Amino acid sequence: MSPKKAAFATAESMGRSQRDISVSEFFLKNRHLLGFDNPKKALLTAVKEAVDNSLDACDEAGILPEIAVEVVQVADKRFRVSVLDNGPGIVRSQIPKIFAKLLYGSKFHRLRMSRGQQGIGISAAGMYGQLTTGNSTVIRSRTKPGNVAHHIEVQIDARQNKPVILKDAEIDWAPRFTPADVDGVPSEPIDSKHGTCVAIEMEAAYVKGRQSVDEYLAQCAIVNPHLHLHYRICLLADPAANGGGTAESAKEAAPQPAGAGWVTFRRAVQERPRQPLEIKPHPHGVELGMLIQMLKDTGAKHLKSALEQDFSRVSARAAQEICERAGLDPHARPAAIAHRESEALFNAMNNTRLMRPPTDCLSPIGEAQIIAGLKKEVQGDFFTAVTRAPEVYRGNPFQIEVGVALAGPGGGEDASGDEPVRLLRFANKVPLLYMGGACAMTKAVAGVNWKAYGLAQPRGSLPIGRAVFLVHMASVWVPFTSESKEAIAHYPEIVREITFALQECGRRLSVHMSRRRRQIELEKKHSFISLYLPHLALGLKTILGLSDKDEAAVLGRLRKMLERTHLEAG
Amino acid sequence: MPGKRRNKGEADGGGKTTDMREAASRREASERIRDIASGIHADIVKRNARPSMKFPIRSLSNVRYDLKRGHFEILNRMSTRTLSYNTVKTFAQSMRLLAATKVDLLDKNDIAGKREIYYNSKSWGECRFDEQPESDSLLDDMEAMLGINREQLGYIPEERGGEVAGPLVVIDRNPASGETVRIDCERLGTGAWSIPSKVEHLRFESSAEFILVIETASLFQRLVHHQYYRKARCVLIAMSGVPTRACRRFIRRLADDKKLPVLAFTDGDPYGYCNIYRTLKVGSGQAAHINRFFCVPQAQYLGVTPQDIIDYKLEDATHPLEDVDVKRARDALKNDPFIRHHKEWQQALNHMLEMKVRVEQQAFAKHGLNFVLDHYLPDKLKRRTFLP
Repeated sequence: MSPKKAAFATAESMGRSQRDISVSEFFLKNRHLLGFDNPKKALLTAVKEAVDNSLDACDEAGILPEIAVEVVQVADKRFRVSVLDNGPGIVRSQIPKIFAKLLYGSKFHRLRMSRGQQGIGISAAGMYGQLTTGNSTVIRSRTKPGNVAHHIEVQIDARQNKPVILKDAEIDWAPRFTPADVDGVPSEPIDSKHGTCVAIEMEAAYVKGRQSVDEYLAQCAIVNPHLHLHYRICLLADPAANGGGTAESAKEAAPQPAGAGWVTFRRAVQERPRQPLEIKPHPHGVELGMLIQMLKDTGAKHLKSALEQDFSRVSARAAQEICERAGLDPHARPAAIAHRESEALFNAMNNTRLMRPPTDCLSPIGEAQIIAGLKKEVQGDFFTAVTRAPEVYRGNPFQIEVGVALAGPGGGEDASGDEPVRLLRFANKVPLLYMGGACAMTKAVAGVNWKAYGLAQPRGSLPIGRAVFLVHMASVWVPFTSESKEAIAHYPEIVREITFALQECGRRLSVHMSRRRRQIELEKKHSFISLYLPHLALGLKTILGLSDKDEAAVLGRLRKMLERTHLEAG
Repeated sequence: MPGKRRNKGEADGGGKTTDMREAASRREASERIRDIASGIHADIVKRNARPSMKFPIRSLSNVRYDLKRGHFEILNRMSTRTLSYNTVKTFAQSMRLLAATKVDLLDKNDIAGKREIYYNSKSWGECRFDEQPESDSLLDDMEAMLGINREQLGYIPEERGGEVAGPLVVIDRNPASGETVRIDCERLGTGAWSIPSKVEHLRFESSAEFILVIETASLFQRLVHHQYYRKARCVLIAMSGVPTRACRRFIRRLADDKKLPVLAFTDGDPYGYCNIYRTLKVGSGQAAHINRFFCVPQAQYLGVTPQDIIDYKLEDATHPLEDVDVKRARDALKNDPFIRHHKEWQQALNHMLEMKVRVEQQAFAKHGLNFVLDHYLPDKLKRRTFLP
């Protein structure tokens, strides 16, 4: 027992230490929430955020995306990630905020399908890099052929969540992409007149496998068949740093010839995806707090017109009905609706039958595109895809797509395989690599009775087979289980839609497999028959003293005969 | 079948005519195979149809008890094997078997055992037989399809044909030199003469009054040991179970030739009645297509009958009927055309089923080792209470 006790705090002393916590500081401490829990995942998350931004920008600007991802190991545990795109570029004034301010962006406030949602990702990657290496995020961007390009280096002031510009220069720069060599011959570089390049140096680790950058990009290529993607990873030669990367590392040590080490995921479709439209919130999807905020912010004069203007699918009649149900004056001033009244309004809105939200805010990949994407990145002899009609959960429109690629029976491997199928999960065209077990998509796949479609399936698990299953959810608001966006929450509406799509694919799969089985059976019968027919002919030849020519004639007839009768039993 | 002609040939007596007759039968068999192959060839090349082979169905369900001839006669129900995925292997194997039979056996005047032809097939590639029962079954098919028994095709059976002792001289010939060989079955000391696999060429001289056919070799030896054949003036033949084709044919030829009655002495159980004796007298369902050669219609059943158990007080020397025995008896009562024709046999089988016991030939030893030859056989022969 210490005779001197620490003095208890008083309200005043506590008050002195109470102050604002900036979001930046919060996420700095809780970086696992954003996907920076370990060096391996940090590398992936940085690549993912940059690529997602590039794809969103290109899709929004109606540009067929061309993206180059380069990961260079600069020290044992230090990597530089650069992502270059041919997007519309970013105006100079916005660059610092986009890359060095958390919760800043264009996507959070609107209801429209996009890859990014919150405006955290790329700034968080920059902040993580800054924290672990002290280096700035380097951005180069050019918006129009005539304009100059900007080179900007920024850091984030974590306490104030504000960008700090360290360098701001006009340079002569334009994006240049280096495709992979074709048959050992270097390809022509591809130039673009506009685009953005972001480079972040960070502490990271590179590991191959199902949760690697390589896998992420390969899946991106599947689900974005309109994307032309170039990728290169350069590891240090030091064998202590990486196990056996000799060839690649040797190249890194010496100055590299252009094109060396690049891998290109080729573009498979030339059409741009449909541009999703922005929609207003649907009354059934709004929460009470949001409703109160919307009433405060509205530009409408009356409650009724506020309902009509600010929400989708609320007609004049529906607005009238909501007001009556809530016992409110349709001509009341929206901002004057009190807390108690807003609750009545909220209930009335939820109890009124309304049309479903419009679905042109969604941009599904499309069945043909899914098949094209799978075909170019997955070996198989059967491909199918289903795009379901849009559905609604909690007032949010969403759409489910499922694709299946089945590996052929050849390759010397067992046709059935004894590994579970590979499940590729996507949300708004972004691959989900972590937390598969917690995801509604995994649950839906395991919940389908695959035995009915001819696949083996341990109870309550993924089916067994040499197949790739792709599940995509498109929505204006994807319900992730956490901020790091790795797993979809288990909404019954969503699980049901996924299940229906999987079952449709299962039916097609089973038709294909039984056709394949019949084919194999037929081939087996053919080879069995051709094993014995020569003996039959030889026997006849021996008994009747036939010539070789006669024997061949008999054999030919027999072969045709058995083929003609389709080898029927009997 | 040229049974009469054969008898005539034997009457002529020369070894040379036998050879000529055998050569003719081989030529005939060879022609039959050629005909069948031509038919199949024509199906394929001229009619452009899937070829087929036809066989009489070989089972008890496709035989009739022919009273006049005294044996099971095959009916005309046929099974057809048409070339298809399911039959292509058997079809090809049959074809190669026919070819081998014609070229290697008939045309070259050679012989082969069933097991030899099974091993011979090992050089046929995919057509080889994996197990001997496969080739045996195809041999039976071929025999039925050709209507020629396999001995005439050059196949020799592996099983022993039976043993003979008694006042009988068998006139055989040396297979190499053709020289006549006389075997006196009364002068074989303690042994006996074995019936060869081919018996068509044999001729006989005998002073016996009947033929006694015995199921077990041990009882046969007791009778030989005490020279029972002298006392009873009979030829003793041991079958050792169901008589082989050669054994049946031998008994038939001897009985026909010397006009001797045939008496059968087996264990008193359903197997002895329905399998051993029935097969001896009228042939089998399995070999129905050739029963006309391999049966002894003049045979009669001496014992042991169910009534003998009572008459000779053997009740305490019996064994209870087992399930298989009961099943066999019931099956015969229901399906066997021979049993169904003879009331006496139905009574005997029903009697046995009531008594629920079976009895062995050796059971008479209860009254003394030689009771069977001192009392039972003379008694039965005197009373002549035989079953048909």
